[in-house]
Amino acid sequence: MIPGSTPVDLAATPAKARRRHLLDLEGWSREALLALFDTTDVMAQVMQRTIKKVPALQGFTVGTLFFENSTRTRLSFERAARAQSADVISFAAGGSSVSKGESLRDTLRTIDAMQADLYVVRHHAAGAPHQIANWTDAAVVNAGDGRRSHPTQALLDAYTFRERFEGFDGFEGKRLAIVGDVLHSRVARSNVSAWTTLGAEVVLCGPRTLLPAELAEQPGVTLTHRVEEAVEGAHAVMALRLQHERMASGLLPSQAEYRQRYQVNRERMRLAHPDALVMHPGPMNRDVEIEGVLADEPRSVIEAQVANGVPVRMAVLYTLLVGSR
Amino acid sequence: MSDTTRAPHGADAPIPRTVLRGAHLIDARGDHGVHDLWLASGRIEGTDLAGDAERELDATGLLVTPAFIDPHVHLRVPGQEEKEDLASGLAAAAAGGYGTVISMANTSPTVDDPAIVRSLVEEAARLGLARLRPAAALSLGLAGERLADYAALQAAGAVMITDDGIPVVDSHLQRRACEYARELGLVIQTHSEDPSLRQDGVMHEGRVSQRLGLPGNPAEAEAIMVFRDCEIALMTGARVHIAHVSSERGMRVVEWFKEQGAPVTCEVTPHHLTLTDEVWERFDPVFKVAPPLRTERDVAHLRAALTRGVVDCIGTDHAPHTRAEKDRDALAAPFGLPNIEVAFPVLYSELVRAGALELGTLLELMQGGPARVMGWPAPTLEPGAPADVVALDLETERPVDAASFKSKARFSPWQGATLRGWPTATIVAGRVVFERDVRG
Repeated sequence: MIPGSTPVDLAATPAKARRRHLLDLEGWSREALLALFDTTDVMAQVMQRTIKKVPALQGFTVGTLFFENSTRTRLSFERAARAQSADVISFAAGGSSVSKGESLRDTLRTIDAMQADLYVVRHHAAGAPHQIANWTDAAVVNAGDGRRSHPTQALLDAYTFRERFEGFDGFEGKRLAIVGDVLHSRVARSNVSAWTTLGAEVVLCGPRTLLPAELAEQPGVTLTHRVEEAVEGAHAVMALRLQHERMASGLLPSQAEYRQRYQVNRERMRLAHPDALVMHPGPMNRDVEIEGVLADEPRSVIEAQVANGVPVRMAVLYTLLVGSR
Repeated sequence: MSDTTRAPHGADAPIPRTVLRGAHLIDARGDHGVHDLWLASGRIEGTDLAGDAERELDATGLLVTPAFIDPHVHLRVPGQEEKEDLASGLAAAAAGGYGTVISMANTSPTVDDPAIVRSLVEEAARLGLARLRPAAALSLGLAGERLADYAALQAAGAVMITDDGIPVVDSHLQRRACEYARELGLVIQTHSEDPSLRQDGVMHEGRVSQRLGLPGNPAEAEAIMVFRDCEIALMTGARVHIAHVSSERGMRVVEWFKEQGAPVTCEVTPHHLTLTDEVWERFDPVFKVAPPLRTERDVAHLRAALTRGVVDCIGTDHAPHTRAEKDRDALAAPFGLPNIEVAFPVLYSELVRAGALELGTLLELMQGGPARVMGWPAPTLEPGAPADVVALDLETERPVDAASFKSKARFSPWQGATLRGWPTATIVAGRVVFERDVRG
């Protein structure tokens, strides 16, 4: 064994490995992502009907396992499951045995006795959905793990761009600017994977304390500490939520200084491509990371992002449970 | 294949006159070739002697050498016996070819009371497996505030002073501990990491941690604290042993101070010499250890430091936990991994057989090196020396099977890896305390 080589057989679970998961976007090809968007188009049509329900997943059970609170994401997944006639069971960690120090594996054993076909997992620790995928026969969808990954958010962001960008003709030659707390952001990491796989470039921007230099080691990714440089010529500009804890933990001096140096606002958007879209993964701190007035302008697609969450997640559930990737 | 650890025999039972037939003898004095090695009354009797043996071991094709010494193990007694106890931990040590281990004080309660030290020594003597020489706490309750009673702890049997597991943040306390320990001739061992820079890091901070989104612990957190601990060693003249140096930055600091004649020694663990942060790609908390697994560059530097003589010894930092604790998520799982049963096979297979280290150097790092750190006589096979020996099979390949560990922690970073260099018999004070038929 040489340094860095992986010791043998530790997580080898051949029978389960054949199960399809969406743990992150690594290993998903451009074609697979585009096919998923085509499926999403079909699901979006379903959501425009009077009766917003199809029997596509009848007989399947989807379990939502939220070890970290997120009402919005959980609602979106549950809507996506029910609109396809799947049964939904929900597990929220608050007040359960998890807070009493039960191991992740023991918690999963208990839940797994309910025989769900697919789990939607949100966890505060990066990698928890990967651990769960090793322990269950069900499919696993990562609904956000620590700072690592939030693949369905990145898919719905890219899908929204594909839907809303004026005269969209493909992701090649397009540039996404992500501004803010990249260090703690699973949304940023997943969008880097999704957009670079699709052929676009990604510029990450933030103060040095919130922008790890190592992220620039990926192809198609550049870093800058100047927001004007990030926004210039960008086809989409995404502002990330700034958590108040960042000031307390010494990563930033003050909210006022952050706003002055990094807020995505109308003036800075003048540097962007004329048709550039403004995005935000929510929940928004109006007038902190994003100018409130800008968020309400037509080029802002923040509501469309939320709305597209349902058909994108419908397409993910359908693809993993029924369709082929 | 069968493994056996001898049942407790009691210190009073007679010691059988024992011969290891056809053994290839190597010790710090050199390679002595193939001989019969005779042991009697707990001591080395000599080679190729006449007379009758009460026990006879076939050591044909085996390397026979002084048993290993480990300056750094966690045996979890008292209070954390669900992770390990003296019977399982000292049997694990014997299975790894170790004749003597130094147990750490971060237990519950901590080893800051002479009565606890005495009970550890007595229980270990009753078990009659590997020898136990306990370390005692540097500060009461490992709270980092007040010195423990070093003289009384030493009188009870403690051989080292350390808060290992918890870095001593207060530099003034570290200084006073060193001054006080110096006059008693005690070694101070340090877990050198700056907690304020380490923060909540669960793995090495770098390219991999940023990609995986796990909180990182930078190598500088180690280097900064190694620097402080070496300065205080130089200032006070105390013998300071830097535990588990894991990074190039940290090792460069140790080397710099050694060049200036600071009274410091250091150890490196088997895992920091063979694994990197890339293993986190699988998100398996078995690899969660403090200090963390670093980069390929760090591993290369540590290996070079072994051959340059900067490293004084191998310390395993054997740190058992329950399977359930390691089945928690990456943030909640505890730091530490069990490795004492595979330490020599791992290092022999991945360093010596790979051409990165001489066999003689590895043996020295596990025998004379730790003895010198502690101020003990160098272990040899000379007549009259304690009959603490290990027989090693350098040829037979065998996969790591954590399910068969003597340790209660039956998981391993090397699970399934095929290794050579398995101990087949360990003898402590003239008694066979471990036997394994590797070839069977």
